[in-house]
Amino acid sequence: MTTTTTPPRDASSTPSAKESTRALLLQSVRSNMRQYGMLVALAFIVILFQIWTDGTLLLPNNVSNLIQQNGYILILAIGMMIVIIAGHIDLSVGSLVAFVGAMSAVMMVKHDMPWVLALVLSLLIGAVAGAWQGFFIAYVGIPSFIVTLAGMLLFRGLTQIVLEGQSLSPFPEGFQNIAKGFIPEMGPYTQYHNPTLVLGLVTVVFLVFREWRSRKQQLAYDLDVMPTGLWAAKLVAISAAVIAFTLTLASFHGVPIVLLIMCGLLISLGYVMRNAVVGRHVYALGGNKAAAKLSGVKDKRVTFLIFVNMGVLAALAGCVYAARLNAGTPQAGLNFELEAIAASFIGGASMSGGVGTVMGAVIGGLVLGVLNNGMSLVNIGTDYQQVIKGLVLLAAVGFDVWNKRKVGR
Amino acid sequence: MSAPVLEMRGITKTFPGVKALSDVNLTVGPGEIHAICGENGAGKSTLMKVLSGVHEHGSYDGEIHFEGEQMAFKDIRASEKHGIVIIHQELALVPYLSIAENIFLGNEQSSRGFIDWNDTLRRASALLKRVGLNEKPQTPVADIGVGKQQLVEIAKALSKEVKLLILDEPTAALNDEDSAGLLDLILELRDQGIACIIISHKLNEIRAIADSVTILRDGQTIETLTVRETPTSEPRLSEDRIIRGMVGRDLDHRFPDRTPYEGEDAGSLALSVAGWTVRHPVDHHRKVVDDVSLTVRRGEIVGIAGLMGAGRTELAMSVFGRSYGQYVTGTVAVGGREVLTKNVPAAVDAGIAYVTEDRKQYGLNLIDNINRNISLASLSGMRRKDGFVDEHKERSVSERYRKSMNIKAPTVFEQVGRLSGGNQQKVVLSKWIHADPEVLILDEPTRGIDIGAKYEIYTVIDKLAASGKAVLFISSELPELLGMCDRIYTMAEGRLTGEVDRADATQELLMRHMTKNRS
Repeated sequence: MTTTTTPPRDASSTPSAKESTRALLLQSVRSNMRQYGMLVALAFIVILFQIWTDGTLLLPNNVSNLIQQNGYILILAIGMMIVIIAGHIDLSVGSLVAFVGAMSAVMMVKHDMPWVLALVLSLLIGAVAGAWQGFFIAYVGIPSFIVTLAGMLLFRGLTQIVLEGQSLSPFPEGFQNIAKGFIPEMGPYTQYHNPTLVLGLVTVVFLVFREWRSRKQQLAYDLDVMPTGLWAAKLVAISAAVIAFTLTLASFHGVPIVLLIMCGLLISLGYVMRNAVVGRHVYALGGNKAAAKLSGVKDKRVTFLIFVNMGVLAALAGCVYAARLNAGTPQAGLNFELEAIAASFIGGASMSGGVGTVMGAVIGGLVLGVLNNGMSLVNIGTDYQQVIKGLVLLAAVGFDVWNKRKVGR
Repeated sequence: MSAPVLEMRGITKTFPGVKALSDVNLTVGPGEIHAICGENGAGKSTLMKVLSGVHEHGSYDGEIHFEGEQMAFKDIRASEKHGIVIIHQELALVPYLSIAENIFLGNEQSSRGFIDWNDTLRRASALLKRVGLNEKPQTPVADIGVGKQQLVEIAKALSKEVKLLILDEPTAALNDEDSAGLLDLILELRDQGIACIIISHKLNEIRAIADSVTILRDGQTIETLTVRETPTSEPRLSEDRIIRGMVGRDLDHRFPDRTPYEGEDAGSLALSVAGWTVRHPVDHHRKVVDDVSLTVRRGEIVGIAGLMGAGRTELAMSVFGRSYGQYVTGTVAVGGREVLTKNVPAAVDAGIAYVTEDRKQYGLNLIDNINRNISLASLSGMRRKDGFVDEHKERSVSERYRKSMNIKAPTVFEQVGRLSGGNQQKVVLSKWIHADPEVLILDEPTRGIDIGAKYEIYTVIDKLAASGKAVLFISSELPELLGMCDRIYTMAEGRLTGEVDRADATQELLMRHMTKNRS
């Protein structure tokens, strides 16, 4: 038996440019199915409640309200998404929100500390709490579920100790503005909030510039790009959405401070997860820890950093929440961890880790937020709200599982 | 000879794209110890899976006759009911359950749904006595050594009233003393009338206990040889005769011609490992790699041959950032300079890359795409001035590899888990080639991929050597090593047992070195 094989050559396997762009688009849709799906679902929910509430949902004051109501959950969801991508979980964030809120109250209300200093110290407390948990998870090797379950009890208990079981208030106005404030009005009187218009314009220019630069670089590297027509349509759609949103906000008090914080986090952490070495290592660890380690990923350090990041974000959320309530209370942040986890899974995270985006967490959080707000507007009781949110979570993840099975692994 | 206990006739089993077994025949007489020999991938395990019902009746062609009746096992329970029990190489015991519970797992001694503990313990004690294991039946399996665990497996088989016992590499993980004890037990069981099929790479063991041996090669029965006339007589079959059967196939033109490296530093030392010793990560008494010293020069492809469990992968992984076992002694030098490869990043920095034998477990992030898998080991090198990864550069790099390595996927954003084995292997290779190491350790780079893709991989390896890289090539397929390597080391039981130049190398010679046991 002779099995002389000729080496298979690359003959005729170079597809035409048109075909390869099509493949690229298809691939992009397929791999982001969950996120696109949730974006469509979000749009559907918004339209549904917009009709149901006779247009109240998208009134400028309600949109501002919606953002301020959900800011702290979205901040938590961003951190939680990163934790889940790495294949971990954090159950302690709700308690940490309460603890940091309590500490900030003690610093500002009891000791009259300037609010900026108190804010910085609060974030530091969050970092230390995150480092504490990260140490046990990364270096001692205790599962994150256990460590953060312990943290959930520990920080809740510490909250009660610090507050001696009572609420502390009021906060200085500057601190309260983190949650309730808007960027100040400037310039001549127009119908709109001037700085908001400027910000909106800057955002559009920035987004278009970024897309343009990215496309130029892709062409420079001789990579396949989106067809020009489609690309232009995408830019127009994005710009239109930003402008509509800007006009809505500008016809009320303008951009809420929380929104600035959130957008800052979304852009910076989104960029880190996509383009920083450490961000890529998070995905690799969550996808296949053994393979990541054998590729030179410093698994312990990355895991540690993830939890420090989560701690800081939980502290930030704690400050925002305390500022919104205008009090440090022992019951703050109850079940926030579950809301953040639900937002992450609705937004495309996977139980086994390795997938998900920061944007997805925000979309997931918004789905929950709009549901909350919309259902309250049409007077659905919190009992039914819980039932519906539970079903939405189940449906979102169920859709993903079904979709993956259909495509075949 | 009386009527055979087992007769397998014309067994043919195909997997998608591969014919694993082709018209295989096997006959085992009553009270016979029958060995099955063959290289890795010859079809031994598949044959045993057919016999034990892991591959259900109907998924293969051919007939199985057991005790004169034709059998159609639909699963492993069906074959066990008839007294055919298989003990796999990886033991199937639950570590935190007791010996007694493990023996009766799935076969609990119960009345009306509740376990009768007295009966369980009494019967377990009796079985332990029969296999000569001096442990309490309440002892958790995790607390006893591998050798004793093997005995528990046999006790478990006996509890099912076994008539034909199949042992897959039973002594691969055992030390000499435990191995000897196990072989004695098999002889004892034979005297009690239990027939036994034993798959083993250790030819001296086969000579020591088997009555006959069937040799498989490339999924076909080559021959069945008689080892001894009567159970008590001396063996008359030599190890060389078995080896000839195992490897006797022609080498044909399945490999690219080697291109020599013609740089100025050709022939200078690229990798040297000296006195490398590593202990087993759990069983600290076992030296998995024992005092290994080897060298690889620039532009050279050096093979490591060895049978399963010889310690090849363990050697490679421990050299690559001590990713396996417990380091004891030894030094590594790259390009003549000693390097401390304490962890993987240090090994990568020193210029070593390791392409794993188990790409799904240790090589790839299956849920991520080709692009990100290729870039993972060299992300730092793709950073812009601001410290962030240049996505476009990254994508152009992976596009380049997709084309040059002929990875069959429409774009680099295809999920790696969807690719075929050969294409997955090309992704792993791309990842490490782009990390630009001095030394590439390739561990079974062609395992589980079809012959066309194999040729492409060989071509890549040749190109690497021709560009001055040093390649350490671990493989279980001897023809592959003979076709590609300049020199071949052989390993057995953690030690180097030989070093053979390409000119002198034959499969028989390598196999003799590979089966050299201690003692």
